Order: sequence, then structure tokens, then C-alpha cells
Amino acid sequence: MTPHTALKLHVPEPTGRPGCKTDFSYLSVSPAGAVRRPPTDTSPADTADLATSLVRVLDDDGQAVGPWAPAIHPERLRRGLRAMMKTRIFDARMLLAQRQKKLSFYMQCLGEEAIAVAHSMALQDGDMCFPTYRQQGLLLARDDISLVELICQLMSNERDPIKGRQLPVMYSYKRAGFFSISGNLATQVPQAVGWAMASAIKGDTKIASAWIGDGSTAESDFHTALTFAHVYRAPVIINVVNNQWAISTFQSIAGGEGTTFAQRGVGVGIASLRVDGNDFLAVYAASQWAAERARANHGPTLIEWETYRAGPHSTSDDPSKYRPADDWQRFPLGDPIERLKKHLIAIGEWSEAQHEQAQKTLEAEVVAAQKEAESHGTLLDGRVPSAAAIFDDVYHQMPEHLRRQRQQMGV
Amino acid sequence: MAEHKQDPAGVPMTMIQALRSGLDVMMGRDDNVIVYGEDVGYFGGVFRVTEGLQAKYGKTRCFDAPISESGIVGTAIGMAAYGLRPVVEIQFADYFYPATDQIVSEAARLRHRSAGDFSAPMVIRMPCGGGIYGGQTHSQSPEAFFTHVCGLRTVMPSNPYDAKGLLIAAIECEDPVIFLEPKRLYNGPFDGHHDKPVVPWSKHERGRVPEGYYQVPLTKAAVFRPGKAVTVLTYGTMVWVSECAAREAGIDAEIIDLRSLWPLDLETIVASVQKTGRCVVVHEATRTSGFGAELAALVQEHCFYHLEAPIERVTGWDTPYPHAQEWAYFPGPARVGAALKRAVEA
Repeated sequence: MTPHTALKLHVPEPTGRPGCKTDFSYLSVSPAGAVRRPPTDTSPADTADLATSLVRVLDDDGQAVGPWAPAIHPERLRRGLRAMMKTRIFDARMLLAQRQKKLSFYMQCLGEEAIAVAHSMALQDGDMCFPTYRQQGLLLARDDISLVELICQLMSNERDPIKGRQLPVMYSYKRAGFFSISGNLATQVPQAVGWAMASAIKGDTKIASAWIGDGSTAESDFHTALTFAHVYRAPVIINVVNNQWAISTFQSIAGGEGTTFAQRGVGVGIASLRVDGNDFLAVYAASQWAAERARANHGPTLIEWETYRAGPHSTSDDPSKYRPADDWQRFPLGDPIERLKKHLIAIGEWSEAQHEQAQKTLEAEVVAAQKEAESHGTLLDGRVPSAAAIFDDVYHQMPEHLRRQRQQMGV
Repeated sequence: MAEHKQDPAGVPMTMIQALRSGLDVMMGRDDNVIVYGEDVGYFGGVFRVTEGLQAKYGKTRCFDAPISESGIVGTAIGMAAYGLRPVVEIQFADYFYPATDQIVSEAARLRHRSAGDFSAPMVIRMPCGGGIYGGQTHSQSPEAFFTHVCGLRTVMPSNPYDAKGLLIAAIECEDPVIFLEPKRLYNGPFDGHHDKPVVPWSKHERGRVPEGYYQVPLTKAAVFRPGKAVTVLTYGTMVWVSECAAREAGIDAEIIDLRSLWPLDLETIVASVQKTGRCVVVHEATRTSGFGAELAALVQEHCFYHLEAPIERVTGWDTPYPHAQEWAYFPGPARVGAALKRAVEA
């Protein structure tokens, strides 16, 4: 007989399931302004405390406090607020369009708007983001990307810039520093590191920004990317958006139980921060810090953004089957739009009336764009790109076998 | 770019030296050509293909990589998207599997999925093939994994001249290229007679290689040996085995070295089989769903009314590559010769 007790397999569970409340005490939250801001040339080992605490700027009264409070002009903040509002309105309209079968599929970023929008404002032209499917804010924060074109991609219509080849949301905008989105999770992270290495090899000044969700950190490419970023001191920001959920899987199953994703970075020698992802000012400040660090050849930064996936994973998902319906209302870090709005009002740079007006203007803008996009066709009316377009771009020049197959198709 | 004629004034090079020369020429011509992989930098590669390149071009042009195939390929895709022309090495073709997702889902599809917004002009070099007592994980021929993937080009040279010319063409190609190097041919041709001494490339006309820039196009097969009795479709080490088998069997076989596996030179294949009326496909890789199946299907589709015998395939067995039973596994001249006889006598 063995003197040991029987071994037990531990399978993590979220505290909240449908019908019972989530206990958010697992989420370690620091008070606003409490976490130190090291110099951008800090050594990765010295960021261990930052990888477990939470960088926050906005306090409960909407005031910007502490060492991370960025010097940012109120006009830029208003721009950021409008971009977040536009992103949320856009998502809501596209969700509706999916329900009306005008597009086949959609993914909202409800509740995560601050991360992509504020981060994008901290980057420079020429920097390249390697996003997942939930960083539409990177595009919606820009004035040079037409809403009409985005919706044309979603509708896979005759004006879709990627010719109907990809699922909705899988945008590609090289000119906006937005890398082509792939359905395969985590693959873009080593690619971002490689892009950053290329920039360093050429003595350029551009940096890369990689994006990944909490669930996908379990993919081997996450580990791979951290190793390469560390080994070559690549000028890259590795953004882990911890929205607590990977479809139905709570972040503890991805390896988040009793630890943080930011700590992974410290472990491989990358300076790491854990930041309130619903705090626009904290996102902007941390992004700026990491960008400065990369641009000054101090190496990569990993940032874990704590947020909450407020909406369903996608239009094919029903979260009420695996988590409490009111979970977002109870999430300790709140709503990024409400928090920035409160701050701008608190500092006298915004008002309820202005907010209402902006909401109306943006809604009208999105509705008009949708109308124009629909004039180029929708999945419902079948005005999609030509079938002959399937064969283009497989190779730089079409090989004979594809020419024959296209002829066989009769197009 | 026109193909150089075999240059009698070329200098003797092994396949290793020819590949190194190809890298050297391209690194000299184009600052965007970057070479990296495991042990590729300071040490010059476990097969010496990258020897001296780091000393000549510096550590930012030729460097060592962590042992991570998906990291090597994944970062190369990012570099290519930036505008570089990475030439990365997977130490053995047997170890490409961890990079499969990056190769299949990313490099191969980037241009298509972004409608040309981004592309991945890059070369992934992999020593492949058996006949060296490499056992299970130093002998595989995984070409069929790549030929099945739309968006990739798969290339395999059989001699130093082609190795350099094809590598230069691959580096200049706008598509991702899987460049398979039969390590059995690195130092000399090999006809499958493992019991006889190997003739070095220095004693062979195809071991004479121009020192400068030239290309062997990625769209052309080579008629390695003209003949009338039967067409042999093959590549890599099996080109030499097939030539030996035909000679020993006294069969006037037309041996076609595909060089570019996919996309391939269908015209040369069809012209040959329509002339001979018979076809034998030879490869080291395992049989079932191997690239030979595609070749047989293409010949059947395009040459059906010219065929006078069933298409034969001589391949590795459908087993993992063994160690002790190397020569029972490797499709040597006896097995190829027997198939040639069956084909011409049918």
C-alpha cells in the first residue's frame, strides 16, 4: 500500500456561472495612482511588481491621479472618446446587420474599446499593429479609414478591398499600420516580432505592436514570440488583452489562476506591465511608455490589459449558457466610455449635452456609411466579388494550373 | 531572367558550396536578404551551407536563432511583410512540423487573404531525404505536405548547378518557397549503390558552377537523360538512382528531373509521356498520398490515350523511415530497374 493519498486532477472553474454571481476578488486591483511609473529604460527584472499590480489613472471621481497620469490635451481625449463611441455604435449596427443576414458573421469589442483606441493614439505613422479580430478600434480611431470600406469588407460585397476572400472582421490595412488578420490564433505575435526585428535590422525607427487575447496565450506561438522578442531585443509591444473569457472558457483555463499574464513577460526577460484596460488614460500612458521604450532601443514590453468581454464572443455565441447575464455590470473596472466621459466632464471639457450630440452625430455617420456600403451589395443580395477573383493573388503571378482551373469554372 | 547554360568555365563546387555561393551572391546584391536559423550564424550551419556568411555580412544579416521552427518561420513572415527577403533554415526537413501553422496558414495565404496588401517573399531551406542512416527524424521527404498547400512553391535540386540557380530564383521569387535540399547529394551524386565509393562533385560536370549570379527558373523541369522507351518522373536523389537503374537495366528511359515540384512544368512531362507512352514515378517519400500520386493523376489526365502501360510508382514504403533497414527502405536501383522493366514490357 502506498502511504500517499490519491492524486487529484485540478480543473479550474469560474466562480460565476449562469444564475450565480462571479466573485471578482480573483482580479487584483490597485487603487488609481498607486502604482509607480519606472523610467522607460528600466530593466525587465525590475518590473516584477508591475506585472502583478494594476496601473490605473482614473479614480472613482473621474480624476486623473498618480505618476501615470499622461500629459494629454483635452481635445485628444475628446477625440479618443468619440472614437470609442464610434466603435461601439459601429459594433451595434453591424450586429444588427448580421441579424438581418446582410453579413454572415460579426465580432464586437464591446467593453474593450479603450485599449485599441488609446493604444493607436500612442503610436506613430508607420508603426505596424498585428491585431486579432477584436481590435477594430485601431481602425475606427483613424480618420483615414473609411467606414464604408470597412462595411464593404464585412458584407463581402463588390467593393470589399479583400475581394470577399475572408470572413467579416478579418480586415487588412497596410496603409493604416494594420496587418492582415488571420483566423489562426497567436500566429501574428511572432510575425510582429519579426517585423520589429526587420525594422531594427534596417536601422529604421518604426516599431511593431502585437495583439493577443488571454485564451490564445496558451498557443505555442505566444511563447515563441516572447522568446524571440527577448533574444533580439525587438522593438515590439506585446499586448495581451485579458478580457477574462476565451469563448466559453474562463481565463483560469488559459493559465491565469493565481498568476497574471504580465508575469509571463518578466519570466522571459521582458519588461511587463499590468494595466486597467478600461481606463483610457492608463492605456494611453502605458502604451506611450512601451512605445518610447521600444523606439529608444530599450527592447520589448509586454502589457496585460485587464478588461472584460462585455458582449458575446461572436454572433455565433450565446454567453448566457456559460456565465452570469449581469457579469459586466459587476466587473470592477466598469465601462471605458463611461469612465472617460466622467473624467472629461469632471475637468470641465465635456458635458452630457455634448455627449448626446456626439452620439447622434456618430450614429448618423455609421448609418450613412452602412447605407452607402449596402449600395455596393450585401451577402443577402448576392452582389459579391467575381468568382474569378478566387484565383488571383494565390501566387504573385497566376501559375498554369490555376489558369486551367479558372477556365474550368467558366469565368 | 534567362537561364545560364551549364558553364564549362564554372568552378568545382559541392552542393553545399553552390548553395553557399547562391546565398553569398544574393546577400551581396540585396541588403534585404537576411539568413538565419539554428546554428546558421557563427558556426556556419550543421551542414556548412552558411559558413563564412556572418563574418562577411555581419550579425544583422546572418544570425543564430533559438530552437523554435515556428518562431523562425513566424518572424520571417513578419520580416517579409516589412520588406525584407528572409532565407531561413530548418535544420532538417523532419523538424518543420512545429512551423506548419505558420507555413500553411500564414506564409502561403498572406497574399491571397489580404488581396496583395501584404505578401511573404521568403525561402525556407530544409535538408531532406534519406540514404544516410538518418533514421526516423533525419531522413524524411515531406514534400507532399507542401505541394498540397496552395500559395507555396516547392523546389528540390539534384545537383550543385541547379541548387545555386534555383536558390537564387527562389530568393528573388515573390512567393514563399520551400527549398528542399537532398542532404545525400550535398557532397556528391548518389545512385543508390551504398556499397560503392561516392564520387565527389568535383569529378562531375554538374559540379561546375558559375561563381556569379544566374538563375534556374522555378517553372522548368530538366530532361536529365533523353530517351524513348519510358518516362521517369523524379527529383532529388532519385534522379541519380533512376539514371543508374535505367543504365543497368539497359532501358532507354527519359528521365525528367522536375526541379520545381509545385507548381510544376506540366508541358515537359506531357510531351515526354506522349512520346514514350509509359511512365514511372520515383520518389523517396512514402507512397500513399505522396507527391507521386499527383504526378500519376496528372499523367493519366493528360496522356491517357498515349499510355501503353499502367503508371508505376517506386517510392519509400508506407512506414516510418527505419535505421538498420535503410537499404531495404530506400528505393534503390534494383527496385527502380524492376519497375522500368515492368513498364516497358507491359
